[in-house]
Amino acid sequence: MATWFLKSRSVLQCVKTRAGLHQIICNRSLKGASLHSKALQLEDDLDYSENEAWYFPGGAVPFTSKINFIADSSEERIHCYRVLDNSGHHMLSNTSKLISKELAVQLYSSMVTLQMMDTVFNEVQRQGRTSFYMTSHGEEAINIASAAALSNEDIILPQYREHGVLLWRGFSLQEFANQLFANKADKGKGRQMPMHYGSNKHNYITVSSPLGTQIPQAVGVAYSLKMEKKDACVVTYFGDGTTSEGDFHAGLNFAAVLEVPVIFFCRNNGWAISTPVTEQFRSDGIAVKGRAYGIPSIRVDGNDALAIYDAMQEARKIAIKEQKPILIEALTYRVGHHSTSDDSTKYRAREEIEQWKADRNPISRYRNWIEGNGWWNEEQESTLRGSVRKQLMNAIGVAEKAERPALTDLFADVYHDMPTNLQEQERSLTETIRKHPQDFPSGFAVASQI
Amino acid sequence: MASIFQGIGAATAISSSTSFDSKKLIFSAPRFHLEKKGSFLVVRSDGKMSNGISGRAEKLVTNAVAAKADAPAASTTSKSGHELLLFEALREGLEEEMDRDPRVCVMGEDVGHYGGSYKVTKGLAPKFGDLRVLDTPIAENSFTGMGIGAAMTGLRPVIEGMNMGFLLLAFNQISNNCGMLHYTSGGQFTIPVVIRGPGGVGRQLGAEHSQRLESYFQSIPGIQMVACSTPYNAKGLMKAAIRSENPVILFEHVLLYNLKEKIPDEEYICNLEEAEMVRPGEHVTILTYSRMRYHVMQAAKTLVNKGYDPEVIDIRSLKPFDLHTIGNSVKKTHRVLIVEECMRTGGIGASLTAAINENFQDYLDAPIVCLSSQDVPTPYAGTLEEYTIVQPAQIVTAVEQLCQ
Repeated sequence: MATWFLKSRSVLQCVKTRAGLHQIICNRSLKGASLHSKALQLEDDLDYSENEAWYFPGGAVPFTSKINFIADSSEERIHCYRVLDNSGHHMLSNTSKLISKELAVQLYSSMVTLQMMDTVFNEVQRQGRTSFYMTSHGEEAINIASAAALSNEDIILPQYREHGVLLWRGFSLQEFANQLFANKADKGKGRQMPMHYGSNKHNYITVSSPLGTQIPQAVGVAYSLKMEKKDACVVTYFGDGTTSEGDFHAGLNFAAVLEVPVIFFCRNNGWAISTPVTEQFRSDGIAVKGRAYGIPSIRVDGNDALAIYDAMQEARKIAIKEQKPILIEALTYRVGHHSTSDDSTKYRAREEIEQWKADRNPISRYRNWIEGNGWWNEEQESTLRGSVRKQLMNAIGVAEKAERPALTDLFADVYHDMPTNLQEQERSLTETIRKHPQDFPSGFAVASQI
Repeated sequence: MASIFQGIGAATAISSSTSFDSKKLIFSAPRFHLEKKGSFLVVRSDGKMSNGISGRAEKLVTNAVAAKADAPAASTTSKSGHELLLFEALREGLEEEMDRDPRVCVMGEDVGHYGGSYKVTKGLAPKFGDLRVLDTPIAENSFTGMGIGAAMTGLRPVIEGMNMGFLLLAFNQISNNCGMLHYTSGGQFTIPVVIRGPGGVGRQLGAEHSQRLESYFQSIPGIQMVACSTPYNAKGLMKAAIRSENPVILFEHVLLYNLKEKIPDEEYICNLEEAEMVRPGEHVTILTYSRMRYHVMQAAKTLVNKGYDPEVIDIRSLKPFDLHTIGNSVKKTHRVLIVEECMRTGGIGASLTAAINENFQDYLDAPIVCLSSQDVPTPYAGTLEEYTIVQPAQIVTAVEQLCQ
């Protein structure tokens, strides 16, 4: 009897406690110092039995008398959101709102443009005309559809396989080519290797090679948006491999604690160069990690453009309205090699690649859908491809022949204004080139004022 | 003539018997002249000051062992100005900049309501709010990265490393991103961050808390490094660093936070790229920075008693070096002694030796002597720790040998 009384009273108290503590915890975030110092102090006005539960920051923690390790994985993996089935038919049970014909066609042509751009630029590298390239084959839906759901005010921090996002935002084929050929018109002034695009005009922050460094930076960008109360969010992309980096974990943790509007978008494409995901982590992919940091997460079919569009739109809404981070994991497959310096057939079966290329192709799946709606046909397809090919060839031709950056671009922008030691080094180098022009590349423009 | 321009610091360094009377002359005369020129209390942000007018703020600490908080500030007849400790000067500079520009924010561990582990940010969180003075979780690479991201989109973060040594964890962000992104983005994104924190060898803090990170960072292109050593230059450098469009690393020293000095009430900024003439002289140029400045000044007292006239320069700007001031000194004295806390290999002294040799070879009458700490991790035991730091006696011996 006593036990029953104790239990029922404590259950009530637990509920009351939970509600009261929840309030206190909510009040504590980003408020004054007075509550700060009491974070772990025992609340003495709470009347619950300390044998049933105890208060610890975060809520009342119920006790248990059974030793029970939480399993390392759930029996069922996290479900994956999709809108179109494998053959591109809209699943009627789906809750997505249908997009307009105009947008639908735009999505498709961008995906095709991206695919062609990747194929051609990759070829150009194989021909020895550029030094490096990375394709986004198999991830066109992720690139284009995720970008389409954002506004131009949202700031992007990419890893390196998201140039389709930049393409959607209006970066021209010519601008892409300029960067690859590192000519004078390159926005990066020829300073970064291919694929390291950046454009402040398009709110796309310059790619930096070390993995994951963009993740805490994205939190910082979101922090600045929060400070300025902007109606925009930040989206940072990364692959499955990058989630092993320390910056991933700390970045997610920070974002949750700081309550900033950032979307963490993981392209889980199965491979990190030659390391398959089974050797990268033992969790149920990435989506499951969100909970560990207190971040809402979702898993989507990365080869379903409509699903990605939906998820991103929703995530953006939550991120901005509630000022909190979201984690999206898109399951997909890296159809191409890691880069032009890689031959993936060395570590994976050709059949695996072919299977994903043929049976789970995001572009053909989507094409089935728009053709099914009567919004696309073969004629439009060949017109589009013909036009894109022509533009690409032209852009490459122009970029290849264009002037290379001048010598002064070597020393400018290291600092805001060029300091004397760099001016001295520039002078010295210019002198050397003047004295021994035969030892330096021809057509190497020397700044005329020195 | 020389005594007037040497300012108050030299007066107290010479001898106490004359200091009382001469103080009156020294304090009032230059103040009169300099106030007229307007360059005593206000240093323009481009740092231009007439040569020879020096020692305005170095007047105060006679005791070279800066750790003693009760070192009497050299009394001054000046009625304006206010006295404070170095960490308060840093805070004052930071607060003034935060008042002036709403984009300036602070991030680091325990910088908020705790006020920072050395109290540099005390009082700022209640005044500016939890968002502008941000307590971060413990991940140096990540909050440094966060600061870089925020800077690229318009904020001006001041990132605090609880101890400079911990910023080794942030090396990737500092080197690959902070120093580089302005360049690699083709000038599209600027990173006007200030990274600051206490470093150097303290009192038995152990090897990992006694790092001299200026050695490791000096090679990174795109960053600037300055080291403060007095309340005056601490505030001035803090303000200048925040206003700079470049990423600046401001090195503070654990043992200098309680230095007391009277600083001007008017607003002022120190030039980031300028060295500070501490004591003009004729016989030898002693280049130093941060805490070693005080060991040098203590040695200078002894040297003066022995009849030497050392010129002491606090180089302050570790990257780039102020080769103008340094060069003028070398051309005058022809002898150089570098006194640093860095380790022998790859320290600031090593780079400075190379730079002076390269640029002023013709003016040197003797090889440059560089006194550094040994290439050992800083031991915990007090006696051992003391052996790793250059002591005034060594400085005196080195000058004597150099001037033979």
